[in-house]
This record gives sequence, structure tokens and C-alpha cells, in this order.
Amino acid sequence: MARIVIDPVTRIGGQLRIEVEVANGVVSDAWSSGTMFRGLELILKGRDPRDAWLFAQRVCGAATGVHALASVRAVENALGVTVPRNARLVRNVIAGAEFVRDHVVHFYHMHALDWADVLSATTADPAATSTLARSISDWPNSSAADFLGARDRLATFVKSGQTGPFANGYWGHPAFRLSPEANLMIVAHYLEALDWHRTFSRIHTLLGGKNPHPQTFLVGGMALTPPWGGPSQALPGEHPSLVERNAPTALSPRGLADISDLISSATAFVDQVYVPDVLAIARQYGEWAGIGTGIGNYLSFGEFPEDDSSQPALLLPRGRIMDRNLTTLDTVDQAGIAETVAHSHYTYDGGDGVSRHPWEGQTAPRYEGPKPPVTTLAGSAKYSWLKAPRYVDEPMEVGPLARMLVGYVGQVGAVRDVFASAAAGLGGGPELVSGTLGRTVARALEAQVIAKRLAGWRDDLVANIASGDLALADITHWNPETWPRQVQGYALGETSQGALGHWLKIRDARIDAYQLIDASTWNASPRDDRDHRGALEQALVGTPVEDASRPLEILRTVHSFDPCTACAVHAYDPQGRGPIEIRIVPGGVG
Amino acid sequence: MSRLDDGLYAAMLQRGMSRRSFIKFSVAVAGALALPATYAPRIATAVAAAPRIPVIWMRGQACAGNTTAFLRATHPTISELVLDVLSIDYDETLMAPSGADAELSRITTMEKHPNGYVAVVEGGIPLADEGVHCMVGGRAFKDVVREVCDGALATIAVGSCAFDGGLPAAAGGPTGAVGVSGVVPGGQLVSLPGCPLNVENLTATIVHYLTFNQWPATDGRGRPLFAYGALVHNQCERRPHFEFGEFAAAWGDEGSQKGWCLYKMGCKGPETAANCPTTRYSDGTSWSVKAGHGCVGCTTPRFWDAMSPFYQRLPAPLPFAPSVTADQVGQALVGGVAAMTVAHGALSVVRERLVGPPKHGAPVAPAAVEATAAEPPGVPAEAEVEVVETLAPAAVEATAGEPSGVPVEAETEVVDTLADEPRATPGASSGKVG
Repeated sequence: MARIVIDPVTRIGGQLRIEVEVANGVVSDAWSSGTMFRGLELILKGRDPRDAWLFAQRVCGAATGVHALASVRAVENALGVTVPRNARLVRNVIAGAEFVRDHVVHFYHMHALDWADVLSATTADPAATSTLARSISDWPNSSAADFLGARDRLATFVKSGQTGPFANGYWGHPAFRLSPEANLMIVAHYLEALDWHRTFSRIHTLLGGKNPHPQTFLVGGMALTPPWGGPSQALPGEHPSLVERNAPTALSPRGLADISDLISSATAFVDQVYVPDVLAIARQYGEWAGIGTGIGNYLSFGEFPEDDSSQPALLLPRGRIMDRNLTTLDTVDQAGIAETVAHSHYTYDGGDGVSRHPWEGQTAPRYEGPKPPVTTLAGSAKYSWLKAPRYVDEPMEVGPLARMLVGYVGQVGAVRDVFASAAAGLGGGPELVSGTLGRTVARALEAQVIAKRLAGWRDDLVANIASGDLALADITHWNPETWPRQVQGYALGETSQGALGHWLKIRDARIDAYQLIDASTWNASPRDDRDHRGALEQALVGTPVEDASRPLEILRTVHSFDPCTACAVHAYDPQGRGPIEIRIVPGGVG
Repeated sequence: MSRLDDGLYAAMLQRGMSRRSFIKFSVAVAGALALPATYAPRIATAVAAAPRIPVIWMRGQACAGNTTAFLRATHPTISELVLDVLSIDYDETLMAPSGADAELSRITTMEKHPNGYVAVVEGGIPLADEGVHCMVGGRAFKDVVREVCDGALATIAVGSCAFDGGLPAAAGGPTGAVGVSGVVPGGQLVSLPGCPLNVENLTATIVHYLTFNQWPATDGRGRPLFAYGALVHNQCERRPHFEFGEFAAAWGDEGSQKGWCLYKMGCKGPETAANCPTTRYSDGTSWSVKAGHGCVGCTTPRFWDAMSPFYQRLPAPLPFAPSVTADQVGQALVGGVAAMTVAHGALSVVRERLVGPPKHGAPVAPAAVEATAAEPPGVPAEAEVEVVETLAPAAVEATAGEPSGVPVEAETEVVDTLADEPRATPGASSGKVG
């Protein structure tokens, strides 16, 4: 039996260490360890709740904006604020754009090099690559000249001897199976995606002032405003206001037109590049639908409110699937969530057999692992800075696969449509959207669903503003003097990586406790008090490893989760009113 | 050694980009560096001819926001940076290999290019408890940083966390986080704070080195003057509204919709040195004030404490009226700094309890001084600095155009002139933190 240590796991956000044991060429056991901790809880405690989103946003600089959104929603929930329709729509566009861009970046820049061999691409025939690309897509940049240019650029780079991020990759590994032409197609799109995502990020900069970390959220809505009198009043030729000089603002006619164009570029890139590429890989690596299947429990908090009620319908619904039973959708109640620390660097009053709901949470960090330099975690009962969240004691997988399966079982039309259109490419139905490959396919299909919806939210926004509704923030509760002395709130939503919950308590207009459980807390969780593995750990069991010195297959399964262990944060109340806790775990690059 | 054949210029030509476009890129970079456009050809030639500089990008207690910003680079674009300008030998976000193979990439670069690679550090560096709060490859991050930066041509600290510890070092942070200068004293260090940094400032810094074979002139805290030499407020497109007393007074009100000054909504532009209003983000698309939200002062030392609560307006010792001049605002700044210093005194106590006393003998930052306009009346140009801990934003306006000019050395006596509204801080006002 061999033990393989992968640290740092690259092409993710945050610091993740994976250790596995391999027997007979297959992973027999696995440990997932988050190796970084920041301590945001002590930092947030005592601050103005209206500031919280700026702090919480820094949980993750890649899945940027979604933690800000969860944070303002949690405070709004506590204060009983419902945001205006314009704010809901702007938030949907910001979050939706985040999902689409993150999914594209995750696939091309975090994951594709697990399936495509860069060195092989330099030997491809550009004309044959063009034929291949045109057989699966009508993307315009698919001529032989396009691929010749990409190949030569790549070859020049490789010949220079400075291969930068591609140095020491597992090129030539027997688990790579694409033709040189397919490899060139993927690598050419790797470069195109770099440029596309950069341009597309302008949508966040327009609506958020910058990217990453858009800066226009408010408790109660958004700080954006339409031009005075509404965008329709700002006619061409009219003297622009000072703020419109040099560049348009988001809700001006030019800004709204820009947003429209950017959304069109997203649907084009997803439909014509991303999805065809993923399906091409799926056809060549079909057995990976049966590898990395994991625990089979899927959790979605749901996202994208489609109306302005307090319990809005969601584009991607809330729900739970147990034991991969695709006939029944179970409900989700935040009260069912609890965390254990039996294998995490913390202690609980009452010992490691206790599990706690986030509001009853307790955190006393205590590192008992080996001191650096660490060679192995073997023999360390406590091995991660992440806690182990569970839903009614069960480990859950969250993320695009969970959301797409919940949407499918929940009869969501938009989700059923993308499954149907992908079926031909996949050679089957949703039963094939499973395992390591399934996560990757589901992510692409979800990008398609959301990209399509973005234009609708944008159109609704334009129509609503045109109707004379210029409100973007409900500020009736902006002044802390209007707040109850003690109040608590929470928000359940989604990031591109999966389910996200924020919980907070406010006392005397200050943050008394703040906690969050991110997608990667679920997915990259260590074992719990019953010694049940987390989702990623379980998915790694059974993964084949052909060459222990080049564990490409392990990276495939790890990356399929899009993990990001950007941070795990815990609080302890020094005033002795009982410990409080904040967990900030994994945001996500990609 | 000429790389004109396979450098950026050649690659751009190969991709069908005209010489004119390439010069346009060079002009854009020159603009970011506050250089006259006549420098553009020199930049173009230098970038095209330079060998690709090896880069080791390390990430500690970070959200990866600066990595993400880097991926959005425009001048040059990220794909040009990766393929044509830099050799990104170690970057955990982009690199193909993991684990020991990733470490091998880093070690190989350090061995092959002693004092010839650029070390980039993103995120805070925790010192408490032997560094167990951030480990990479099983090693304490602080040890990796020390080792890599010691052998580097230069170190660039990207973002506010690598600048001074940033978020994990904010009041109450339990991990003893510090910035690069707290781990690697001495050496060539360029700091690009911001949360995240504006990537145009990173690429401009690199291009400056390629063009002039030296790093851009910086202030006392290592921040390049071309980017951090002027106050946000003085470059803001809403500044005329400030002069005329036109303020947004509530979110969504008439003033907000008319794009009036956000000072009363808590904007920290008057005390923040950065080029956000002129460079903006995403190829000049926007910045926070243009989008309707105030500046939060994220390039300022210890901004999470010094600039929060973010919606509380800055102390206003002066009546704001059309007659207020820039000089008077500069004078007001000194009062603001004093308030920050006092407020921070309380925070320092908190920090001392958590992570031990601050280092003494560290270089003191020049206080906020406006040097372009006439000296603010009443502010001594040369005086002893007396601050609890170095907190003053080094807002030094130097005249642009001279790339290797030395930072304006001016020290300001921060007398005990507490402004009318010292900002509350969680530590100071609630007594709960720590």
C-alpha cells in the first residue's frame, strides 16, 4: 500500500492538502486537509453589520460578489428588509455572471489540463483540428489558420525552454486519451477563454465598480443608481453629467447596451465553445461517470429569486437528494445543519462527539497536528482547519451537479431542456451525469441555463426602470436606531461552487456573532464524529492511479469539485458570554 | 540578447496585430505610469526585447482576489503576460503540476535564476504558533516566503494583505498576520496595496522595470508614486460637486442619481492615495464611485480598522462650501490622520494582547502631505513625527513624468488636534474585541 501526498493542490483557490492510500492501483482511503486559517470571526465581531459584506466578501476573491450577496441578505433577513425589484435583478445579473464566468474559468484554467495534453497539442494538424472543431460547433474562430496560429504560438513557447505554468505537468501520461487535434482545440480555447473572461468581467465592473470584489452592495439593495430622471431621459447629445464623463455608468443607456452585449458574448461562448468542448471530452472519457461517484447525497440551497416575495421562486430550486435516488426530492431546513470538529483543529465543550448548529456553534481553535514541516497526516486524528458540516448527520455533496440533479428531479424546465439537448452528445440521459465527469458536465450545463437567463433579468431591469421605478435600495432600516436591540438572521444561497449559508446575530447595532458555511466546507470536509468521510474524500475512494509518482487521476476528481479552501474561520468570545463561531471556508477560484 | 523575433511584438504581429496597436498598448502603459506618451516607443522596444522574467507567485492568507485581478490584466492581456512577457513558473492557480512537482517548478527557478526572478506575494503571513495557520507543501508559509524572497531580484507585494497583513491582521485577528516587510526586511520590495490591487498598476510596475531597468519610484512604504502619489478625492470626477457643496445625502436620493459627491455617505476618497479614478478597472470601465458607492480606502495602511465603519463620514473639521480650496482639504487631512492615530492607539492595545507588541524602530511613513499644490498653510514641511504606530497614509503627491524621481520626503508633526468626529472602531467603542 502506498501513500501519496499532494500538497499544494494547485489549480484551486486556497490551500488544500490531499493524502491518499493506494492499493492495487486504486485509491483505498483519502484525507482532505485545509491548511490555512485567517480568523475573520474575531475581526467581524463588534463591527457595524452594514459593513459585514465588505469583510465577508473577502472570503473569496474568485467567486467574488456571492459572499457579499449572502452577507447583505443575512442582515436584511435579520432586519426584515425586502430589496426593491431593481436590486434583485441587478444582484441576479451580478451573481449569474459570476457563475457563468467561474464555470468557464474553472473548466479551461483549473480543470482542462487534467484531460488535455498541452505537449501533444503542438503536434496537431491545424486543418484536421479545424474540421474537428467545425463538426461540433459553429464558433467562428475555428479555421485552419486560427489553429495554426495557436499551435505555432504554443510551439514557440514550448521551444523557448521557459514553459512557465506548463512545466512539470503530467504530459504524456497514459491517462490522456484525446487526439493531438482535440488537445489543440482545447488548448486554443484555453487561451481564448482567458481573453473572453477578462472582457466579460466588465459586466461586474460596470455593475460593481470593480472586479474582483464588486463594491456596490448595500444592506437594503444596491448603491447603483439610474441617471437622474431614468436612463430614457439621458438622450444622445445631451450634456453628460460629470459622472458619465470618460465612461458610461451601468444604468445609463450606453451602460445597459454594454451589459447586453456582454451577456450575448457569454451565451455565445458557453453554447459554442464551452459546452461542445465538455461534451467532446465526455465522449472520450465516458468511464469517468462511474469514477468518483462519492456519497450520492446532494444538497442545493437554490439561487436566483424570480419574484419579490419573501419566499421567492428560484431559478435553481432548493432541495435534497439522498442515496442518488433521482425519483424523490427532499426538503431543506437550515435547522438540520450542524457541524462537528472531531477531526478538525478545534475543540467543543462536551467533547468531539457533539455537533452544533451554526447558531449554537462554538469554536476554540487548537492545533494538534504535526508542526511544520509536515511530512504526513497519518496518525493525526485532527487534520484540517475545516470543520465537518452535516445535514441531519449525513455528509452532503454540493455544487453544480447537486443543483442540476435537484433541478432535474424538481422538473425545472430550463434544466430539463439542457439535459435533453446534451443527451445526444452524452449518449444518454441524466444517469450519465454522474461522478467526476458528471460534475464537469453539470457545471457546463448549468452555465448554459444561467447564461440564457441573464438576458431576461437584464431585460426585466430595463423594463422596470423604464416604467418609472428607479428604486435600488430600501433604506427604511438603514439607520441602526430603527433596529431591534437583539436580532438574528441567515441567508441560504449558492456560489458557483455550491451551497452557501451565512448566519449572524446582531446586538446593540453591532455584530455579536457571524458564521458561514461555504460550499467547499461541505465538499472538502474532513471526517465527522462518526468517522464518515466528506464528499471529496469519499469520491476519491475507488479512483484509479496508474502511476503513483504522477497522480493525474486524483487531480481529475479533486478538480471536478472546484474546491477552494480559501479560509476557515472560527470565533471565540473573550467576554465569557459563551463561545461564538464564524466559519468562513472555501470560496473558490474558477 | 534580442527576442524581437519571438517576443511580445512578434507574437502580436503573428496574431494580426498591427504595429499601431502595439504602440497603442505602449501608450496605455505609459499613461498608467504617468509618463509622457513620447516614452511609448521606448516601452515597446524594451518589452519586445526583454527576456521573459521568471515569476514565483506565492499565496498565503488570501482570498485569491489579487490572483483573480491578475487574470483580468488588460495592458498587456493575461495571455500575453503568460506567453510573451513573463514566465509564470510558480502560481498555484495556473500551474499544471501539483504537490512535489509544483514545488519542483519553484525550486528549479530559484536555482536557475538566482537573484533573477520576481517574487510575488499575495495574502497575509501568519507568524503565531510557528506558522501553523498557513502551510504550503507542509511548510510554514513564512518560511517559504523568506526563502523565495531572499533570492529574488525583487519582491512585489500584491494587495493589502501582503502590504501590511490586511484582513487577517485587522483588529481581533488571532494569527499574528503580517505583510511581506514583516518577514523579509530589506531587499527590493514594491508594494501594491488595494483590495484587490488594480492589476494595471502591477503590469505597469513590471513594464517600468523592463523599460528602465529599475523599479518605479516609491513612497516611504514602497508604494509606487505613479499609482499612489495622489489622493482619490483630488482625481475624482465628482470633485466639482464637492466644491459646490453638492452631496448625496441618502442612498438613491436625487444627489445619488445626479452623481454628486459621496463624502456624506462615508466615501474615504479624501484620505486615500490611489489612482482608481483615473486608471479605473477592467480597461477603464469603472470604479466604485462611478458605480455609486464610496471609496473604502483599501490602499491605506490598516484600512480595515482605520477606514471603518465604512458608511460613517470622515471627520469634517472644515465647513464644506464652495470656497473650500484643495489646500484647506489638505490641512483637514492632518486632522483626520490624528484621529486615526488616536483611534488606532486602542487597537494597538488589542493587537499587543493578541500578537505581541508592534515592532519599534520600523521606518515611519510620511504622513499625508499634498506636495503638488502649495504647501497647506500651517503644516510644517519638516517636523518630527509622533504617532502611536505607523498608520498615516503616505499620500504624497509627486509630479509625474520623472520615472526615477525620489519620493517627496516630508514629515509632518501630528499634533494632538483631535478632529470633531473621531471615527469609532469596534475595538475602541465596544470594548468587545480581543
